[in-house]
Amino acid sequence: VAMELWGYRAMGGSCLRPFSCELGPLSRPDGSAAFLQGDTSVLAALYGPAEAKGNRELPERAALEVLLRPKTGLPGVGERSREQLLRRTCEAVVLGRLHPRCAVSVVLQVVADGGSLLSCCLNAACMGLLDAGLPLASLFCGVTCALHPDGSLILDPTTRQEQEARAVLTFAIDSAEKKVLMASTKGACSMEEMQQCIAAAQSAADTIFQFYRDSIRRRYSKS
Amino acid sequence: MKPSPVSNCERRFLLRAIEEGKRLDGRQCYDYRNVRISFGTEYGCCIVELGKTRVLAQVSCELVPPKPSRPTEGILFVNLELSPMAAPGLEPGRQSDLLVKLNRQIERCLRNSRCIDTESLCVVAGEKVWQIRLDMHLLNHDGNIIDAASIAGIVALCHFRRPDVSVQGEEVTVYTPEERDPVPLSIHHMPICVSFAFFQQGTYLLVDPSEREERVMDGLLVIAMNKHQEICTIDSSGGIVLLKNQVLRCSKITAVKVAEITELIQKALENDQKVRKEGGKFGFAESIPNQKITAFKMESAAVDTNNVEEQAEEIITKADPPSEVFANPVLYTPGTAQIGEGIENSWGDFEESEREEAAEEEGEGDATASECQKMEIEGTSIIEETKTDEPILLSDSEEEEVVILQPQELPKKTRAQTNLKQGSTSKKAFIKRRKKKRAAH
Repeated sequence: VAMELWGYRAMGGSCLRPFSCELGPLSRPDGSAAFLQGDTSVLAALYGPAEAKGNRELPERAALEVLLRPKTGLPGVGERSREQLLRRTCEAVVLGRLHPRCAVSVVLQVVADGGSLLSCCLNAACMGLLDAGLPLASLFCGVTCALHPDGSLILDPTTRQEQEARAVLTFAIDSAEKKVLMASTKGACSMEEMQQCIAAAQSAADTIFQFYRDSIRRRYSKS
Repeated sequence: MKPSPVSNCERRFLLRAIEEGKRLDGRQCYDYRNVRISFGTEYGCCIVELGKTRVLAQVSCELVPPKPSRPTEGILFVNLELSPMAAPGLEPGRQSDLLVKLNRQIERCLRNSRCIDTESLCVVAGEKVWQIRLDMHLLNHDGNIIDAASIAGIVALCHFRRPDVSVQGEEVTVYTPEERDPVPLSIHHMPICVSFAFFQQGTYLLVDPSEREERVMDGLLVIAMNKHQEICTIDSSGGIVLLKNQVLRCSKITAVKVAEITELIQKALENDQKVRKEGGKFGFAESIPNQKITAFKMESAAVDTNNVEEQAEEIITKADPPSEVFANPVLYTPGTAQIGEGIENSWGDFEESEREEAAEEEGEGDATASECQKMEIEGTSIIEETKTDEPILLSDSEEEEVVILQPQELPKKTRAQTNLKQGSTSKKAFIKRRKKKRAAH
């Protein structure tokens, strides 16, 4: 099977690394999920909707907070900017108006970084939201595309592929209309390449949403 | 998030159960919870689960100059973080009392017990030594953090491999894992902490307290010991009076528990080593059991990306060209700016007095004779306006004051008209006053 996939990758197609997901691995949080994409692994935990602390409370909707914890050292500027991207994406789908004056906090812990970290964070956050049972307008998934110097497009790249790539683009795609909720790019690419990456991310999103659906189905297969 | 308190009923229930020799999770007094160790794909990365308590540990290293007081010794840096994901009350980046206490205990257990041969970490005496950094994150708090962290710490240190180095004269070469196999740290012994919780002033004793038990306990005793039955540290939290025979009994229990845990750690390390050597699958993905209902795995999936180029082209051709029409800002009169095309300014024209002022400002050196004319013009314009029966908006606050103070002589007259009259009279007076002012200037 592996040889077939390598062949497929060489033909100009691309493939996602093996995915695994565990729902509710932690006992304390209201919702938690471990998401693994190849060697990349992120653990997400969610608390809330609960009473907001201090001045964080918003009168008309729930205050969402995203914390990204690196594996070694203290969180820096990179983590803070990723936190903002993740928070905006979550805010786009969480129906916060149903929980006014409440706080929801999503904590993401990087367990292993083997490339496509931001998309793995997005997937873990969405699974965490699903496990907590928060009302959502739609689901979202993260897809990372890397543009190789020879012009080929690689989906879900490893760290090495990311380092070799000319540009790395990460998109958050929503499940309802396959629209782009968030885009973050590193490196230079043309307009055509960007559109190609979005189209590829949208078709990869189908596979990821099917994975979401299957894992949730398995989770609730015995009731 | 706010921490959840323990209610009085819960406290009473727990204490009474302990008096009867029962624990909420069905354990006996001296039972330890299950310990599960899983390794990541990198060296020096592991997750230790002690019941539901979970700690992630990662070891990293770098070459640094040594401390001047110990030029031939490497440095071991230990840091435990209480991640806000572990419990609702924990805040990121805050040095709480609990965190400080735990970090100090871990440091005493791992560093001050000299379990790692720091002298073997020296590369060039007085210049370059390895600094080993051990980062631990509490992922889920279900009691007994210190035991879980000490196991995670020592397992990660045993699992870690540092890059090989060679020194030739002055030159230090660090080899990549491809060039030379990384070398493990030299570890003398494995200190492991075991916690004892005391209740009712030391009458009852529990091994490995859970989070609920920790919240109702009177005192805690932590003993760190290695498998050779050497005590590395003892820490009593205070709050209770410990008797000599209690400490002795606890150290005997510790010896048994440490022997069991050490055996488990060695088995786990050997297993991981074997899998890596044989080229099998390892890492966190493999440690998730397949039959678990909450876990789901997907093999590498191919995504059809052959038609993305056509799709991208379609989108780009369909997209409208960017509009190149730019609005020219139109400036009708000096002092007013307008943006957009052909939009009338809805703010109305200048009031007469303002226009006058504007004109004055333009030609400041004008003769005073022309001002008389201007006054006349103003007077007529006001008369004209009265005919249209529209109220004038008086902008000067002085004039409005006049309106309020004036007694209403003729109630039949509409307010607008009175306003106007007063307005016209007062305006004239105002202009005269202004003239005087100008003359004085």
